[in-house]
Amino acid sequence: MERTDQRMDEIMGRLLRTGVILAAVFVLAGGAVYLARHQTPPTNYRVFQGEPEELRTVPGIIYEVRGLQGRALIQLGLLLLIATPISRVAFSVVAFLYQRDWTYVLVTLIVLGLLVYSLLGRNGGG
Amino acid sequence: MNTIEFTALVGLGSLLAGFLGALTGLGGGVVIVPLLILAFHVDIHYAIGAALVSVIATSSGAAAAYVREGYSNVRVGMFLEIATTIGALVGAALVMHLHVSVISIVFGVVLLYSAYASTKEHTHSGADAGSDRIATWLKMDSTYPTANGWESYHVREVPQAFGLMFVAGVLSGLLGIGSGAVKVLAMDRTMKLPFKVSTTTSNFMIGVTAAAGAGVYLSRGYIDPGLAMPVMLGVLAGSLLGARVLERAEVRVLRRVFSGVIAVLAVEMIYKGLK
Repeated sequence: MERTDQRMDEIMGRLLRTGVILAAVFVLAGGAVYLARHQTPPTNYRVFQGEPEELRTVPGIIYEVRGLQGRALIQLGLLLLIATPISRVAFSVVAFLYQRDWTYVLVTLIVLGLLVYSLLGRNGGG
Repeated sequence: MNTIEFTALVGLGSLLAGFLGALTGLGGGVVIVPLLILAFHVDIHYAIGAALVSVIATSSGAAAAYVREGYSNVRVGMFLEIATTIGALVGAALVMHLHVSVISIVFGVVLLYSAYASTKEHTHSGADAGSDRIATWLKMDSTYPTANGWESYHVREVPQAFGLMFVAGVLSGLLGIGSGAVKVLAMDRTMKLPFKVSTTTSNFMIGVTAAAGAGVYLSRGYIDPGLAMPVMLGVLAGSLLGARVLERAEVRVLRRVFSGVIAVLAVEMIYKGLK
């Protein structure tokens, strides 16, 4: 069997690597800012309080990043990390479209829809 | 303990977890949650959120290398991701409704299974069982690189594997782990994929499954940047280091030791849940 998917595999590999590196850079930069400004005793993680609204949503995080807040920068890095596998699935939709493989266009679209829903849908956040 | 000390300790622990996880093939995520809960007294929701993020990082980092070598079966992975992502959404929704003690006990039981599964030698016969109607329709049969060049293989039992993948997804969303053990079980034992194809395709899928869970956790405020930062960076650095050492290391003994550590953590999680 001819390996028609090879070029697709290579692009996908590069996409994943770039996403992880970019995410790590943002988390590292945000971490530096965060640690430089927070000399106080660490946040109490024993009791679950939940993050503030602005660090929970995609638009909220992007808005907060403009103030160069350490925590918001880290959150943006984590958002990039979550977006990495999602963009891989999005890329697969295009790749299967290009191959005219309609079954897998549908399969990847379903997965992509579920992922976008998980990130943007209001999941009953309390 | 101030913020810098706390961050440094969590980062160091995560580095070690990522390193051992990559070396033994058990994944770092599986020990992060008990480590954060038992050693750092972190609430289970924050712990799961941070672990889930680190799972995406290691899976994507490793998959980047595997995908290019041509081992992973993208079609099998994509099709089964429907099951794992739905499962992850269900698992993440369950976290809200289940009591913390129930989650701890489930976590302990899954840890015990992982420890047990890792000690068992791989016994897949390797005999190709021939083609399967559904797998053929889904064009899942493929080839993979071996010492004798590209070899073709057939895929079996798609519906059963789909069901197992749903379970793997629920566990991932509920516990913040990659559930690689269940994924390999579905592909290696059920679908009869070659072992190397199972493990790499599983790794390829883990990132997508974890992303589905992480999306829900983020929007619910379970992912704290101050905690996730050292965990993600530590596990990522540790697993990259582990993958480097892997080629030269004798991992058999280490695997046993790490399985032992996991078993102890499992018992402690169950004990904590029952208390």
